[in-house]
Amino acid sequence: MTASLDPPLNAAPAAVLTARTVFTAGLLAILALVPVYALATGETFGVALFTRTIILAIGAVSLNLIMGYGGMVSFGHAAYLGIGGYAVGILAKEGIGSGFAQWPVAVAASALYALVVGALSLRTRGVYFIMITLAFAQMIYYVAIGLDRYGGDDGLTIYKRSDFGGLINLNNKVVFYYLCFAILLASIFLISRLVNSRFGLALRGTRSNERRMRAIGFPTFRYKLLAFVISGALCGLAGALLANHTSFISPAIIHWTRSGDLIVMVVLGGLGSLFGPVIGAVIFLLLQEGLSRVTEYPDLILGPILLLVAIYVHGGIGGLLEGRRRG
Amino acid sequence: MAEALLQTERLTRRFGGVTAADAIGLMIAPKEVHAIIGPNGAGKTTLIGLLSGEIVPEEGSIRFDGTEISGLPVYRRSQLGLARSFQITSLFRDFTALDNVALAVQAHRGHSFRFWHDARREDALRRPAFAALERVGLRDRAGTRVDKLSHGEQRQLEIAMALASDPQLLLLDEPMAGMGPDESARMVHLLRVLKGSVTILLIEHDMEAVFALADRLSVLVYGRIIASGDPETIRTDPAVRQAYLGEKHGTERSGHDG
Repeated sequence: MTASLDPPLNAAPAAVLTARTVFTAGLLAILALVPVYALATGETFGVALFTRTIILAIGAVSLNLIMGYGGMVSFGHAAYLGIGGYAVGILAKEGIGSGFAQWPVAVAASALYALVVGALSLRTRGVYFIMITLAFAQMIYYVAIGLDRYGGDDGLTIYKRSDFGGLINLNNKVVFYYLCFAILLASIFLISRLVNSRFGLALRGTRSNERRMRAIGFPTFRYKLLAFVISGALCGLAGALLANHTSFISPAIIHWTRSGDLIVMVVLGGLGSLFGPVIGAVIFLLLQEGLSRVTEYPDLILGPILLLVAIYVHGGIGGLLEGRRRG
Repeated sequence: MAEALLQTERLTRRFGGVTAADAIGLMIAPKEVHAIIGPNGAGKTTLIGLLSGEIVPEEGSIRFDGTEISGLPVYRRSQLGLARSFQITSLFRDFTALDNVALAVQAHRGHSFRFWHDARREDALRRPAFAALERVGLRDRAGTRVDKLSHGEQRQLEIAMALASDPQLLLLDEPMAGMGPDESARMVHLLRVLKGSVTILLIEHDMEAVFALADRLSVLVYGRIIASGDPETIRTDPAVRQAYLGEKHGTERSGHDG
């Protein structure tokens, strides 16, 4: 490095960016090779763990759109996992096994729910917004418990994965893995376009200074609402994937701690960065998995780790609530 | 006198027991610089809030360019050509200066339900934004993040953002606030250049700047407009001297300091 020739102010961010890029590329390469490793060694457990990781990463990516770029801390994002999952489960039980029906219904139902929740909650902000999104998710949670026909508290087994005819066979675990991986990459690409478009800049401007946005002529509510709906629809798709992955759906998927997990993944990986949620999801789920093997109380160790990261690494929840963003 | 660009009638707003705007009747002619002066707590910022739409009046009307706007939300008034700057600098801190102005342009050129094309490469947004930066003398700082700009530059950027929407009426809320003498002088110069091309409602404590810029003044005391007129009329109005310029001048009615 010709450190002496470079102005230090310019050199520092470039170096950080490079390290981050290398890390992200490495992580994606590992994710791409998980099934190859499994096939070579015969250890298939990794495929299941990483399929789950990738699906929850899609959920985190969707949350990052509104939280990282829009400044809206949704504490009810697990509701979309549930709605997407139950859409698949309920249709399967009623004899509609086609993925061409199940998945669009999962996405549309989630979008519709997001539209209602968003229209009501986006008129508030800060803690009130968080509490309203949480309250709605809890409502969905109890609705799911009340679904006696679909297993109620015990949940519902899905005997057949979504059927896409001859197009793609989801019963093949490797095929399913790569489908989830492709959807993850596609959603990140989608969001990368979105956040740099006119719509995205309006959304990010609103996060930064909503009052000012209105003063320069933006009807901010509708941009926030649309972002909220897009986010919900994408997370609903993750829910449909999750139901296919576990072949089972229960109210536990909507539990508020799951919404908290998604927030943690986003914060852990870095708010408002494209690949941050993937990094966060991988670290979070691997830590959880690893710690649960060595101790009976993994959360006791996980909690302080997350706390330290939130405080020292990314500006913390406080910075998030104030709408600050690190360079 | 020409048809008013903005006219308010009996504009009233109370906060608890305080009447911050008391039946305000204000007339602003096209292309004039109209200054509102008054002691602290007179209701100047409330008036800006009422005009821009952030504060809802209890009574009264606001006609802007022939349209009744007192029931319209903030963003609609902005779309009609009413732009404001903020007293406390209020910008998008993690965007560059150019990004900030381009956003203001974007609000007024087409809609923002475009999801795919990179807005930072849109000439139709960047070029007018550049022009607005140039107008306030910030062209060289276009690529600089807002939080790296000096206070004075941020105030200039405020003006550029307001100008970017090509407004009919600029509401400037203390554009010289917190500025040193050099920065103030530069801002006065900038406003003088703008004078005549856009109508300006100016709220400012710096009396030297006000009397240098304003075509007409209105004096606001306890939410009431006690006098309106050209600078010379206001300077010599006994009620104004009594209420605003300080009681030590109130009895004398002579002298031209202020």
